[in-house]
Order: sequence, then C-alpha cells, then structure tokens
Amino acid sequence: MSYTAKNLHQGSRELIAFRIGDQEFCVNIMSVREIRGWTPATALPHSPSYMMGVINLRGAVLPILDLSARLGMKPADPTARHVIIVAQVKTKVVGLLVDAVSDILTVTDENIQPTPEVSSELERQFARGILAIEKRMICLIELEALFADTESEAA
Amino acid sequence: MDMNEIKEIFFQECEEQLAELESGLLKLNDGDRDPETVNAVFRAVHSIKGGAGAFGLDDLVAFAHVFETTLDCVRSNKLEPTPDVLKVMLKSADVLADLTNAARDGGSVDESRSRALVKELEALANGQPLSQAAAAPEAPAAPAPAPVAAAAPAPTDSSGFQPIPFSFDDFPAVEEEAKDLPAYEVLFKPRSDLYAKGNDAALLLRDLSRVGEMTIFCNMDSLPTLDKLDPEAAYFHWVISIATDKGEDAIRTVFEFAEWDCDLQVKPIAEAIVSEDQPMVPVPFDLSILDEEPAPAEVKAEAPAPSPAAETVAAAETATAVMNAVNNAVAAKAEKKEAPAASAAAANAAAAAAANNAAGMAQTIRVDRLINLVGELVINQAMLSQSVIENDNNGASSINMGLEELQQLTREIQDSVMAIRAQPVKPVFQRMSRIVREIADMTGKSIRLITEGENTEVDKTVIDKLAEPLTHMIRNAVDHGVETPEKRIALGKNPEGTVRLTAKHRSGRILIELADDGAGINRERVRQKAIDKDLINPDANLSDEEIDNLIFLPGFSTAEKLSDISGRGVGMDVVKRSIQALGGRINISSKPGHGSVFTMSLPLTLAVLDGMVVTVAGQTLVVPLTAIVETLQPEPAAIHSFGANQRLISIRNSFCPLVDVGRILNFRSTQANPVDGVALLVESEGGGQRALMVDAIQGQRQVVIKSLEANYTHVPGIAAATILGDGRVALILDVDAVVAASRGQSLKPEMAYASAG
Repeated sequence: MSYTAKNLHQGSRELIAFRIGDQEFCVNIMSVREIRGWTPATALPHSPSYMMGVINLRGAVLPILDLSARLGMKPADPTARHVIIVAQVKTKVVGLLVDAVSDILTVTDENIQPTPEVSSELERQFARGILAIEKRMICLIELEALFADTESEAA
Repeated sequence: MDMNEIKEIFFQECEEQLAELESGLLKLNDGDRDPETVNAVFRAVHSIKGGAGAFGLDDLVAFAHVFETTLDCVRSNKLEPTPDVLKVMLKSADVLADLTNAARDGGSVDESRSRALVKELEALANGQPLSQAAAAPEAPAAPAPAPVAAAAPAPTDSSGFQPIPFSFDDFPAVEEEAKDLPAYEVLFKPRSDLYAKGNDAALLLRDLSRVGEMTIFCNMDSLPTLDKLDPEAAYFHWVISIATDKGEDAIRTVFEFAEWDCDLQVKPIAEAIVSEDQPMVPVPFDLSILDEEPAPAEVKAEAPAPSPAAETVAAAETATAVMNAVNNAVAAKAEKKEAPAASAAAANAAAAAAANNAAGMAQTIRVDRLINLVGELVINQAMLSQSVIENDNNGASSINMGLEELQQLTREIQDSVMAIRAQPVKPVFQRMSRIVREIADMTGKSIRLITEGENTEVDKTVIDKLAEPLTHMIRNAVDHGVETPEKRIALGKNPEGTVRLTAKHRSGRILIELADDGAGINRERVRQKAIDKDLINPDANLSDEEIDNLIFLPGFSTAEKLSDISGRGVGMDVVKRSIQALGGRINISSKPGHGSVFTMSLPLTLAVLDGMVVTVAGQTLVVPLTAIVETLQPEPAAIHSFGANQRLISIRNSFCPLVDVGRILNFRSTQANPVDGVALLVESEGGGQRALMVDAIQGQRQVVIKSLEANYTHVPGIAAATILGDGRVALILDVDAVVAASRGQSLKPEMAYASAG
C-alpha cells in the first residue's frame, strides 16, 4: 500500500509489456488480474472476427479477444505457447490473447513519448504513447479504448 | 453500534411500515372498513414519524405529522374514507416513501407535490371538501381549532403544522400562530462531568435555540467567590423558556448526549395548551396510545436516547445470533409474520424484524455463495461421471451406482438451496400499484389494479430483474391500453379501467399475466406503422397474432411522441429483451375493444436449467428442455423442398419448417443435409412449431447457467452459457430467437465490441 502510494507520488507507474508478432505493447499493470496459458475457446456466433470465443475461468465465462486481430494485425493462430492476459476493463473481465509476456516496467510519465502522427486510424485510437526502453520500442495501449461503450445501448 | 447502524435499522423498518401503509390503504380503497386496518395504517405513519423524530429528519416528521392527523380523523370516524380521500392518502403514502428515501440516500423530493398534498391533507382534516382546498392553494391552514379537539391525538390546530419548512412563512398570520405555540420551561443544570466529557453548554443552548424561539436566563447564584472557585467545576445553570411546536422530545433530543451529566427538567408552561397538545407530541413508537393497553417496554426499547436504542440493537443482535444458530431464514420469516404487530410485544417484534432484515442481507450473500458452490458441485459431479464413463466399460460397476446416487443427492441439495432463495413476488407487485396510481393520475384515467397470486414464489434474482420490464409494461397498459373515462363511458364500459396482474406457477415456470380491459391492439395501425418503419413488407400476409407480436420489434413504438409516461423512448423490444435475458418468453394476445393480455413465462430460477446437449457444426450447444416437444430422426422421404432454400419436414401429415441451427448461428456456410442430423421439434412463443436441425444429440443434463452478459454482451441466438463436464464452455441456445430468425428477422449481431474499430 505504502509502496503504491509512493509510486503515485513520484508520478511513476508500472506497466506490463507483452509481445505480438515482432511488436511490443504494454498496458497498465493495475488492470491486469492474472496471466494464464491458452486453452481452446468456445466460438461465439455472430461475433466480430477478433473474438476468439469464451473460456471457463474458474466458473466464470471469460471472453477472449485476439489482440493481434483487434489491433489490425494478422489474426493469431493460438498454440499452447500463447498466453491470455486476464484484464479488468471497467466492470468487465476479458482475456487478451498475446504471443508472450515480456517484461514488467516501472516508468515515469516523462518516459512516455507522445504517439507519433501516423495515418493509421487504429494506432491512434488505442495508443496512448510510446516508450523507448533498452533500444526497444514499446507501445502503451489503452484497454478502455479497445472496447466501445457497451453500456450506452442499455439505456 | 453507532448511530448510522441504528439509523439503517430505522430505514429498514420504515420500508416495512410503508408497505404496510400501502397495503392498508389499498384495502380501505377496496371498501374494507375494519377498524384494525385503519389502525394499522395509522400505526405505520405514526411509527415512521416517531423514528424520524428521533433522528431529526424534520421534513419527514412534518409530513408524517400532517398525514397522521388526517388519518386520525378517519380513525375517529370524522372523515369518511371515500375514494377521493383515499386517492390523496395513497399519494401521500408515495410522498412519504419519497421523503424516506430522500432522508436515507440524500437527494430531493418534489416539493411542490408534497406541499400541495399537505394542503389537501389539512383540508381533509379540517373537514373541507377537496375541491376547495385545491382551488385555494393560498388559503391559510384554517385556524379553526378543529371540532376534533376532544378526540385524543388529533389537534387540527394550524400551529401543529408550523414545522413544515415550506409552510406559510410569508403569511402574516405567522406571528399570531407563534403565540399559540406550546411553551416549555427548561431547567438545565450541568454538572462538572458535562464539561469533563467535552460537552459545551453554550453549544447545547445554541442547538436548543434552533428548536424554537427561546428566552434564556442564566442563574449564577451558586458561583462562589474567586478564591473558592474551582476552574473545572460547573456553577451556572440556566432557565430557558422556549416556544416550540416540536414537542418536549425535540427539546430532550438536544440534550440527548448530555443528560447523564446534567439535571434537566422540561415542563410545559401553559397547562391549557398542554392538555390539547400532549397527544400530538411525537413520542416515538408509543403504540400504547393506540392500543389503549399499557406497554411500557415499547417506549423503552424504541426511545431515541442512545442507551435504550442500544438495547434494541442488542436485542436485534441476539436475534441475529439466534437466527444464525438456527440458520434457517425461512423459519425466521415465518416467525416474523406471526409476530403480532399490534400487541404489547410490538417492540420485540420490531427488534426481531430489524434483526431479520439485517440478517436477511447477510443471509442473501451467504445463500448466493452456497448456490454458486452447489453449481460448481453439479459441474464437478458431471465431470466425474464423464470420466468414469470414459474409463469404465463395465456399466454396472459399483462406482456407477454410487455416482448415480450422488447425482440424485446433488440435485436434491440444489433444489433445497434454491428454495431458500425463493421469495414471493409481492414486493414487486406492490410497487406496481404505485406506478398505476401515478400514471393514471397523470393521464387523467381512473384505473384499478387487481393483483393475484402475490405469494407465488420465485428465485430472488428473477424478482430483482422483473421489476423493470414489468414497470414498463404496466406503464404501457395504463398509458396506451386503457382508454380515458369519457371514451369508456361512450363505449358503454365501466369508466374505471381494470389492470389485472397475476402470478402463478405452471410446469416448472412462473407465469405472469398482465391484462387490461382497454381498447386492445389497433392492428391496422400497428401494421401500417410497421410498414412505414420498414419493419415488414407491405404485402406481407400476417396473422393477427403475428401483427400483435410486431410491437416487440426493435424500433417500433406506437406512441406518437415520447411522453413522460412512456418512458425514455424504450419500446417493448427492450421489455422483450430483458425478459429473454431472464430466459423467459413474452407473448401478447389482444381482443379489439376488450383489452390485451401480456403473458410472461419465466424460469423459476436463473441458476440451473435442464438441457439437451447437442452438437452443431463441431460446436456443443445446449437446448433448453422446456422448449423441446419431441426429437426425431428425419427420413429422406419426409423432407420436402419448398422454394429455393426452404425445406419442410412432414410430421404426421403436417408440414413444419426445418431450421438449420448451424446455418443460423453462422457456424457453417451451407445448409447441412437434414438426413444426417437429428430434428428437434420445438414450440416457440408466437411462432408455432419448428424443427431445429442439429448434427447429433449428446445427452440430457442439468446445466448451471452462466451469464454471457457479465463479461461480454448479449449474443444473438444465444441465451446464456454453461460449463460442461469437460470444463469447456457451451452456449445455451435461445430457441425463440433462432425461430424468429428463421422467419426472416435477422439475428442482428450487436457489434458493441466492434464499433470502436
């Protein structure tokens, strides 16, 4: 608790970095619940192509998102070596299929560079900045942006 | 036990009292003239007022007081409870509920509404006809010192209404009224302990000054000379005369936390006023006045002073402990019902009720956990059976026998656990009567709500989710269904419309019926509207039933414009969707000129379901057993092509459309050969019979329902998910949606996740 408080005070935060293909991405570690291996998912009818389906997470039904496809890259072909990052996005818990988890980073806001102006709509929508760490480039993505406001239609 | 917890208990009690109040008023409305009913109503308001006074909830006290005064006129037969009077009273009950909620959760109430009601109530109490009060909103609260003065607790003296914040502040009569306020003399003599404990006489006196207008005299007689003065001792005492209408209790409340450390005397000054006034002093929960039998214990248990209150709570705790020991919520509930509310044991009953409520919440959480665990047990048991079957070719082994017994036990445990969570639909139905009242009022209609089968029990989770769609349908029935009184008279109907809400059990489901005796569905208009909105083909040939069901289509709303009543622009499609989300079905039948009947059939529980496990295009699906009429192996000769893509199957000389589930769910791109699969004959709401084609049947199983919506969104054609014996997730088919899709209504994928991309 005091550790978190200190971190917040210094404006630094922890991120979890993962790999999809040859690119690296990271998300805020606070939204990550757990990381687990790939298990075959049950396909959902009429779902977007990046929805892998649902799996059983200790009795709860967990939707699995192919992050690669979601980010506009080529759809993943999941193997036992793939991992699922179980993350909390607003009130929902979702699984993100990625190639591998690579690192846990502690960064301050100064380390985060603004997203460069690129034409890709997709990148601009999810990317919240990029980090340069040990000559690697890691893209910080915002999980909330991956999911449309699903509540709006409930009204 | 701090104040907040005590307050929480008070609000829980309030809820019970409000329910009692409403049901009592409704009984009166139905012509019940039993004095005990009137007493119960009176008692409910009185208890709320008393408790609210103890917590200093002035708005609530003020309103409850006026309400109580009027009710007392009814009680003492000075006011005939005519339908008009009861209308005002029911509205007052609604406002009282609003005020209670506002006091608990913050927020505000519609002040103009309560103000108008206060005036109406006052007028009633003063024996004025209703219309007059309504016509003269500026009229002073008639200062006629009431013909009822002799009757015990009913001073209709206008001064009694002074504490209402929105009262007649600007009115010139204020000063005059102030003079009439009962005055008290307060002798306040602090001991040194008072100061030692951090209390401050000045602050207490300041608080006291807020109770009413006061004059204060400080007696310094006991002040010693300076050399003998102990700087920490108390030497002063005060004599305060205060004019207040809040009663002696309000004064005592100020000194609530200091009364052990001071000498406090409160006595009324003018005897004349007192004799008239005393009965209206809001002595909290002093039911003895009502019952005319001594019950000292009550006052003690419910008084606002911290120590007796703590006693109540202690009693509550004991009750909780006992209940936990017994660990039987059902028994406790019964006990609560039996507790004679009006007897001298009322205090005990109240304490038990409070404990019941507080414990009830804890119980709910525990029961929920238990149900989840039993769900897991069922899954696990299924897994175990499966692996035994896989590893054991000798079907008659003892392991198999044991497993079968285990399965039976699991099911029994599950049923019993579900029974604990079952609750009557009564609370939901009760809420509906208020809605009917308010909307009838707004639309100028006269409507009577009849409820039947209120005690029908259903799983609590179903009840919780039932309120919203039901509210919406009730609104629709009152707003669109029932005609205006003029129109009804012209049609030769009873000017008072009837809305009937019924609940009953039928074959493992709960059936809720909402019937109105209004105009029924205007099929011409519905059809035209559907055509205008491009929902159907202009030359589509639809049966009456199909036209009626059009109102459930998304984007369909017969209301020309959105009104307050018809809600926030949500149509019947939302109702249908929420009913379907509950695993239920909704159907409508309508007779022009005679009204419409909405029938909802809901599962008794949202936790388990008997399903048939089938394979479709390599996927495992579960079809609810309740939907399946029969299964059959289609023969090539029975399959008939019909048009380009349609195929029919002949079953006993009738033809039934074949629906390829795999195709509809987009699991495969071409239609499967029906002869290779199995047909499930299903019955769906409003759609007749259909033969669903699946590839194979795996077996029948009880499955535990898991929500898809919790972490994802609604999937068209899928009702929910479950976890099978192998640990994989299987989807539960929404038979109605699939059948509807086969009729040409597309299963529209809701691209909630996709819309960002």
